[in-house]
Amino acid sequence: MPVWVLSAVGLAAAWFPAFVRVAPNRLLTGEALSPHAWLLTGGWLLIVACSFVTAPAGRWVLALLAWTGVAGFPLLAGADARDVLAHATPFTRVQPGAGFWLGWLAAALLLLDRLRGMRKPWQAGAWIAALAAIVAASALGAFDGLSLVREWQAQRAPFSAALGEHLRLAAVTLVLALAFGAPLGWWVWRTGRANGALVGTLAFLQTVPSLALFALLIAPFAWLAHAWPALGALGFGGTGGAPAVFALLLYALLPVVRYTVAGLDAVPADAREAARGLGMSRAQLLWSVQLPLGWPVLLAGLRIVAVQTIGLAAVAALIGAGGLGRFVFLGIGQGAMDMVLLGTLAIIALALVVDLLFQGLLALTERRA
Amino acid sequence: MIEFDHVHKHFGRQVVIDDLSLRIESGEFFVLVGPSGSGKSTLLRTVNRLVPVDAGQVRIDGEDVVTRDAETLRRGIGYAIQSVGLFPHRTVAENIATVPRLLHWPPHEIRARTAELLALLHLDEPGMGSRYPHTLSGGQQQRVGVARALAARPRIVLMDEPFGALDPLTRESLQASLKAIQRDTGTTILFVTHDMDEAFGLGDRVGLMLDGGLVQVGSPLDLLHAPADDRVRDFVGGTRARLRELAVRTVGDNMRRGEQADGDPVDAEASLQDAFGAMLTQGRDRLPVHVRGERVGAIVLADLVSRRA
Repeated sequence: MPVWVLSAVGLAAAWFPAFVRVAPNRLLTGEALSPHAWLLTGGWLLIVACSFVTAPAGRWVLALLAWTGVAGFPLLAGADARDVLAHATPFTRVQPGAGFWLGWLAAALLLLDRLRGMRKPWQAGAWIAALAAIVAASALGAFDGLSLVREWQAQRAPFSAALGEHLRLAAVTLVLALAFGAPLGWWVWRTGRANGALVGTLAFLQTVPSLALFALLIAPFAWLAHAWPALGALGFGGTGGAPAVFALLLYALLPVVRYTVAGLDAVPADAREAARGLGMSRAQLLWSVQLPLGWPVLLAGLRIVAVQTIGLAAVAALIGAGGLGRFVFLGIGQGAMDMVLLGTLAIIALALVVDLLFQGLLALTERRA
Repeated sequence: MIEFDHVHKHFGRQVVIDDLSLRIESGEFFVLVGPSGSGKSTLLRTVNRLVPVDAGQVRIDGEDVVTRDAETLRRGIGYAIQSVGLFPHRTVAENIATVPRLLHWPPHEIRARTAELLALLHLDEPGMGSRYPHTLSGGQQQRVGVARALAARPRIVLMDEPFGALDPLTRESLQASLKAIQRDTGTTILFVTHDMDEAFGLGDRVGLMLDGGLVQVGSPLDLLHAPADDRVRDFVGGTRARLRELAVRTVGDNMRRGEQADGDPVDAEASLQDAFGAMLTQGRDRLPVHVRGERVGAIVLADLVSRRA
């Protein structure tokens, strides 16, 4: 069933919108080109045909076709760009169009669907292989003609700086959220105040729109820096990293507190009772019983917090904290969609990588338990 | 020696222990028995300070427990509970070694003690020490729980309905193990249960607790023969009290020395209940009695039925 739906989407994408757009410069919307409509149509029809084959081979061919789509779409777009640029002005930009994105998404979802139920190493292997193919091709210059890559090449230094800033914002927030949130969570758990003032306040903060929170923090932080010049010398101010981390921290605290409580609740009450009765101190109980048993839950929470923080940190660019969000907002201001896309894709990729890292860490801890 | 001296405890308005005094001798197996809510578990937990008393004193060897550091006190007292509470992320051996590790025993001593306890509690099948608790049966888990309570050779062990959740066969086998270990080591055991048969089977002395107070303290036979009041009489079982009595008394104390009988012999160490069962099985009213394989006398049904002090 999902095969037909996704194939229909892919077929529509092959014909209806542009596969690539060719514009005379980076600010203009270009003219649409769909040079591979027949090739893609053939591919999708083959996929539909394979879905009628009941033999196991049909399943494998289908998965292989989907994989080829995932790895092949960028290569097609890259080849188009090279062809167009071969006889065009240096300002000409070739960007992937809606047809490309929609088709690529359909192929990726199809692969996801086909891999379901296969063993974990196969699943991971398929994605890693697709990623490796794309990375290898990009190293060989297969995508150099695409406007996104040219935008990145033009912005290489600021991009690296922004990536570093983004990572630093997220990492500092995560460390602080754990440093404050875990003890707070322990206190909430011990006193049984899950519905108390603290959690209520944190929950309320979650409802404040991020843009508004960043703006609201400008005044108090400016005042702080003014009242204590020493803080100002440390980089405190109405704008910049300090209020950004503070705002991100406010959003991160609630999940960390919640998951700490959930982690502590995951420890069986009888094990706790036995530990106390056998003479463990509170610190020993925490360190050798509660932490090892509650850690997987807390880690699952940290994974969510990390991904959330990486996304929210984009907004921090608005108050001068830098990060990849800068490209998004600069691009919107200039009307340069390539720049917006560069920032957005980088943030998504970063979130995915961090998510994978945490999943790996989680798998490691669970294997040990 | 554990002494409760006018101990009082209430939770909110509810009085749980009401001016209770009791003295448990060193090396004694003392069982607190009573219905749920009678305060017996609370009383047990005042000994290792999991429950602080509101008034009165709990003394161990003459020393008030509140003067001791709570953690040091608890490491010197074994503790086993009905829900076992094994640490799921630690192996059987690590669970057993909990208190020795808290006491910083050298590793080779811990290893030796763990192996000794695994054998003592019949947990000595190969690889048992490195298994995780969730792979064990309920009975095996409780054996590990008891081993953990005994690990650091405590002179006092507190047990709160440790066998309550086990099936009857497993329970009997664990009771036998515990009784043998207690006899061999001279450990003072304070044991809480709501099961009268368990109390009479295990206890040197039994204390019946109702509504936060001790109604009667004495040997199982004291409670059976001279119940202090109707409440005790009801609790020890009315007409079933006589059946329980058979379980407490031994064949050796009630046989007719030198007399002959036909049939499969019973051991002099066995209880009268076992002898009665053997008579029913064999369809006889008298059976020969053995001591180490030698016939020494006979046990007669009429003697079981007649009332003797």
